[in-house]
Amino acid sequence: MSVILVFLLVIAGFAGWWLSHQRLTAKPWLEQGLAGDFVGFDRSALPTAKIGLGVFLAVVGCLFSLFTSAYFMRMGLPDWQPLPLPRLLWLNTGVLVLSSVALQCAVIAARKGQIDNVRLGLATAGLTTLAFLVGQLMAWRQLTADGYLLASNPANSFFYLITGMHGLHILGGLVGLGRTSIGAWNGARPQRLRLSVELCAMYWHFLLFVWLCIFALLAGWAATFIDICRQLLT
Amino acid sequence: MVDVTPADAVPPAEVGEVELYHPHSWWTKYVFSQDAKVIAVQYSATATAIGLVALVLSWLMRLQLGFPGTFDFITPEAYYQFITMHGMIMVIYLLTALFLGGFGNYLIPLMVGARDMVFPYVNMLSYWVYLLAVLVLVSSFFAPGGPTGAGWTLYPPQAIMTGTPGGQDWGIILMLSSLILFIIGFTMGGLNYVVTVLQGRTRGMTLMRLPLTVWGIFTATVMALLAFPALFVACVMMLLDRALGTSFFMPAIVEMGQQLQHNGGSPILFQHLFWFFGHPEVYIVALPAFGIVSDLISTHARKNIFGYRMMVWAIIAIGALSFVVWAHHMYVSGMHPYFGFFFATTTLIIAVPTAIKVYNWVLTLWRGDIHLTIPMLFALAFIVTFVNGGLTGLFLGNVVVDVPLSDTMFVVAHFHMVMGVAPILVIFGAIYHWYPKVTGRMLDETLGKFHFWVTFLGAYLIFFPMHYLGLMGIPRRYAELTDMTIMTESAHHLNSFISIMAFIVGFAQMVFLFNLIWSIRHGREAGGNPWRATTLEWQTPQTPPAHGNFGKELPIVYRWAYDYSVPGAKEDFIPQNVPGDFAPSKEPS
Repeated sequence: MSVILVFLLVIAGFAGWWLSHQRLTAKPWLEQGLAGDFVGFDRSALPTAKIGLGVFLAVVGCLFSLFTSAYFMRMGLPDWQPLPLPRLLWLNTGVLVLSSVALQCAVIAARKGQIDNVRLGLATAGLTTLAFLVGQLMAWRQLTADGYLLASNPANSFFYLITGMHGLHILGGLVGLGRTSIGAWNGARPQRLRLSVELCAMYWHFLLFVWLCIFALLAGWAATFIDICRQLLT
Repeated sequence: MVDVTPADAVPPAEVGEVELYHPHSWWTKYVFSQDAKVIAVQYSATATAIGLVALVLSWLMRLQLGFPGTFDFITPEAYYQFITMHGMIMVIYLLTALFLGGFGNYLIPLMVGARDMVFPYVNMLSYWVYLLAVLVLVSSFFAPGGPTGAGWTLYPPQAIMTGTPGGQDWGIILMLSSLILFIIGFTMGGLNYVVTVLQGRTRGMTLMRLPLTVWGIFTATVMALLAFPALFVACVMMLLDRALGTSFFMPAIVEMGQQLQHNGGSPILFQHLFWFFGHPEVYIVALPAFGIVSDLISTHARKNIFGYRMMVWAIIAIGALSFVVWAHHMYVSGMHPYFGFFFATTTLIIAVPTAIKVYNWVLTLWRGDIHLTIPMLFALAFIVTFVNGGLTGLFLGNVVVDVPLSDTMFVVAHFHMVMGVAPILVIFGAIYHWYPKVTGRMLDETLGKFHFWVTFLGAYLIFFPMHYLGLMGIPRRYAELTDMTIMTESAHHLNSFISIMAFIVGFAQMVFLFNLIWSIRHGREAGGNPWRATTLEWQTPQTPPAHGNFGKELPIVYRWAYDYSVPGAKEDFIPQNVPGDFAPSKEPS
């Protein structure tokens, strides 16, 4: 459970940093009537939707940290046989990076108010993301064709489970991306469009980060890395 | 004394007005509503309805335990199913949903001075997914093989094997699916509760001016958002084990002479995941109760809460600590003794902030102008009950004491006291307190007193004897104990007594339900602020609050939520939205 504890430590650190800016040592019983002085403490200047997405991403991060924790705990048992990762996953990774880059371009374009480039970025991101999902499915098919079935070994089970869960999150993101695209083509207000594109980009970058972690985990690098850390510590 | 300059008239110009969704038809106003108040009532009604099912299940269990062998229809399998569903429903579908979905939805926007939750559409979805989860759960009663009988902890491998009711039928699949749905629905709602507290607060409502109710619900929601994924992961993996034959949790196992296809899985892994959710869950239920009870005590004792800052810090400390105590549920799982030592230590440490809260409640009462209204009675009963249940928690938190007491009725008595009876008492107190705001009418006092005394005394008569049964070594989760030597005749009598009390207490809840329904039309008119309370929900222009909560302009907050009996003030309470400094020489508490 060390992975999830480290993750929660990061969250706790962030929460602690935020709380330390909230005057937790104030003595509210002595502060009657001073409404005007606290405007800075009322709420964050960030858009509410961004904060909402941030909280949601913390939950998603928690979910994948827990899968990782379970992965490491199950890995220590004797019947674990790592499976060879399909080389296709490298290509998929590249495609997902591409979609993240495309969305970042869309964000920049939206900030500059270049609606055509926004549309281009959104379309590229949508297509590359679809390509990523198709690529993942093809990787699954390759593995099953080679006899690495879901239930035949826990390493396989975790592979399908974690990649599947990641794919589901991408799929959910596509719904948001689709709605943003509809707005981009139907002439949504520039400010609103900009926020939606930024939210999409945020989600995509996060899921790319999650995917890189998963990739490292499934390829076995994460375990090697932790072993090295352990040796350094002991 | 700080330098105080009264700022009487601050224009509300900087309060960002949110775009409110306005319903257009009866359906979008009362059924597919995006108004947090309606969603709160929907959540509460659904949770109460499913809670009644769990109440009936507990009666059936008590029938079997109190009068073993008398009722043919309660087979051992049925008994396990009753236990499982009773536990799961009460912990998740009733307590979590009612505190966070019910009270959270109703109180957060009103108490922080918001028009609604920040994402009303997602909030509506949250309720409907929750309802779906409840329906899936209920459907398992009618599935072939009945609901699962794996115990509310659903430990593998037994949870998905033939010997367990529902293990190889639909029961466990429906249970796990329902939990997954619940978690998805809760996450939608939870995002709203957290972000509304962060971003929805009206002008002047700093974090340190929030009523403790909001602090409790807020922290509990943050915890729930981070803890429920653990249950989600456990459920998904067990579902795969059951449906697709993977071996996440399932070891190589022989069932009825047949070697199953599972191999090498780790049941302990499930226990870690389950309790990583399961222990924070205790505080997810307890923290809203702590917060609500603080407000009830302060309001009905007409005195500011003692040590407000400590109360807030304690809530945060409990929230953080509760993530590092989970394995104290697993002392008998064969863990490394140093782990046991570590988790026993953290468990005892968490008692410190909890005890601070109890002291502060008692000190708030000290020399207060205590009104023994029904909410106050329930709040007082909560303090006593929580202390009782908490003390046995210190017993069970120590490895050497826990090992012999593990899986005895002592454990049942402990967790019912601390996380069954105590939070339920707060829920009752809170309903008596806020019902006038929700409906505009008071609940009937006489029926309320009857309900309180029967519930309070009855709960003690039910759960106190269980401690003794546990100390005698009587195990939990056994449908039939008649032939065991430890079941002495006096233990049998005690069991019958407990069962009879359980029926009486259950009956008192029917009186309460009658009161709830009857008072909607026939209760005494409450007016806007019957308890003369300071928090914003009592300052709404209409009662019940209309769509948008606060009329044309949002209130501006000038003070904390606990200005009761301020010397020099005209009345014994000053609402949060009243400007001016009334207390030039007020002592900090």
